[in-house]
Amino acid sequence: MSTETQSEHARIDDTIAARREMTWLQSLTRTQPFWIFIAILILGVIMSQVSGVFLSERNIYNIARNFAFFGIMALGMTAVICTAGIDLSVGSLMGLTGIVVGLVMQAGNSLLFGFFAGMGVALLVGLTNGVLIAYFRMAPFVVTLGMLAIARSLAMVISDNRMVHRFGPDQELYLWIGGGSMLGVPNPVWVLIVLTAVFWWAFNYSTWGRWVFAVGGNVQAARLAGIPVERVIVSVYVVNSLCAGLAAFMMVGWFGSVTNALGMAYELNVIAAAVIGGANLMGGVAFALGGPIGALLMELIRNSLLLAGIGALWQQFFVGLFLILAVFLEQIRNRGRT
Amino acid sequence: MPVLHVRGVSKSFGAIQALGHVDLTLDRGEAIGLMGDNGAGKSTLMKIIAGNFPPTEGAILIDDEEVRFTRPVEAREKGIEIVYQDLALCDNLSAAANVFLGREIKKRFGPIRWLDHRSMYRRSGELFAELKSETRPRDLVRQMSGGQRQAVAIARTRLSDPKIVLMDEPTAAISVRQVKEVLDLIHRLKETDHAVILVSHRMPDVFEVCDRVAVLRRGSKVADKPIGDTSPEEVTGLITGAIERA
Repeated sequence: MSTETQSEHARIDDTIAARREMTWLQSLTRTQPFWIFIAILILGVIMSQVSGVFLSERNIYNIARNFAFFGIMALGMTAVICTAGIDLSVGSLMGLTGIVVGLVMQAGNSLLFGFFAGMGVALLVGLTNGVLIAYFRMAPFVVTLGMLAIARSLAMVISDNRMVHRFGPDQELYLWIGGGSMLGVPNPVWVLIVLTAVFWWAFNYSTWGRWVFAVGGNVQAARLAGIPVERVIVSVYVVNSLCAGLAAFMMVGWFGSVTNALGMAYELNVIAAAVIGGANLMGGVAFALGGPIGALLMELIRNSLLLAGIGALWQQFFVGLFLILAVFLEQIRNRGRT
Repeated sequence: MPVLHVRGVSKSFGAIQALGHVDLTLDRGEAIGLMGDNGAGKSTLMKIIAGNFPPTEGAILIDDEEVRFTRPVEAREKGIEIVYQDLALCDNLSAAANVFLGREIKKRFGPIRWLDHRSMYRRSGELFAELKSETRPRDLVRQMSGGQRQAVAIARTRLSDPKIVLMDEPTAAISVRQVKEVLDLIHRLKETDHAVILVSHRMPDVFEVCDRVAVLRRGSKVADKPIGDTSPEEVTGLITGAIERA
């Protein structure tokens, strides 16, 4: 090494060492969810001027309930994406879980039994995905794409392509859980709030969360440090499937009926919500608040277009636009930082 | 009694023999420089001692007890710590998170356990101070210089009180000032009765901190002598093959 490059290195070291640690506010403004939150506020202010209905209690209630389901699923998806994985099967899994819950309750079983049957199916699907990806080293994209087809097909087979709209003895309770509210807040939103708190805690304060980020950051380093990489990977797919299962359970209660088409193509919206919320598909970067905030922005766009009288056909256009914009924004902010 | 005894170790990968009947001993408080050209078998030997894979033949003894590792964690449990050449750090995590990766400090309340960030920040801050490094515990590794990353990797080995520290090219990618810091650290490890294996291409480093130098060539040990009985010229000759054996 020449003296010149050595002094150059020393200079770089000194420059880096001279940098101050970031304040709390500085580090906050560096996160994607913060900027998406700002975008939400701006959109909210604009819409409150454009439409008198926007801030009405009814509309806010609808927005909150609608985005809650995607928010719940985006939490789980965020964990998967954090390990540099992806799960395309969540939409189909919703259909399968919903049908299982519906059929079990229709047969006269209790709500609790229906709930556990549905979550059991979700657990099984997540476990299958996770084991194939972690232990058989298959690509997450391929495994979950296969599961997308399999789960939807199973939902069709066991439902015999019929709608379920009777839920046995606990029907009333079930419809309240999905469609009712407590303290003026829709029940699915309560579920989302609790789950977001749990994920926030897990990402920041649990060993599991730390390991999920480590696996996504550098899987080799994680393995050398003695982290059970395979088990961590299985766990994120299981957690994600359980989130999708729970969202399906709540959604069927809200709809009051279920067909095997439940959750069709939702996986794209869920992935988009997680990514808009700052989850990096390369792994290692994710925010617990990101999923719900991303889902909220998407629902807000949908709602705004509706209220502004722009045709529903434009909806996906704007969702796509914001997805690309969000990732672009992140790129720009990351420049010159490395 | 040597703390580490490598006894007749061979390693083959298919038809290729990477190591052939290598013997090596190491005492407490001793540093040995392991030298050799690329492909001489240094990395293979290091990886066997570090537990990445077991040898095809021969045995590794620690404190006269035969050990057989199949995973790096098992080596760590027996008191062997490794600083990897590529440093094996997670860029997306903080310095403290990397130091404690896989052995996080936790607080406990009933069945609930959570990460004790404060203790980990404090302890890694102390470790960096011991290493006289400017590294700050809360900084992301992504934003760090080569020297700071090195400090994080070395701080990892200081968490436990290891018997043996393996260092794979620890001075390859850092500035002069920090090379001195790393070498000082090796001196400090020796003073506190740790055994050090230093794999390095840098002759001055080996001659400054090591007590002995072992040279590998094409999978065999061709020299193993006290640093005072040899010279950089002789070692260079041994590495290249200009001198057959010493």
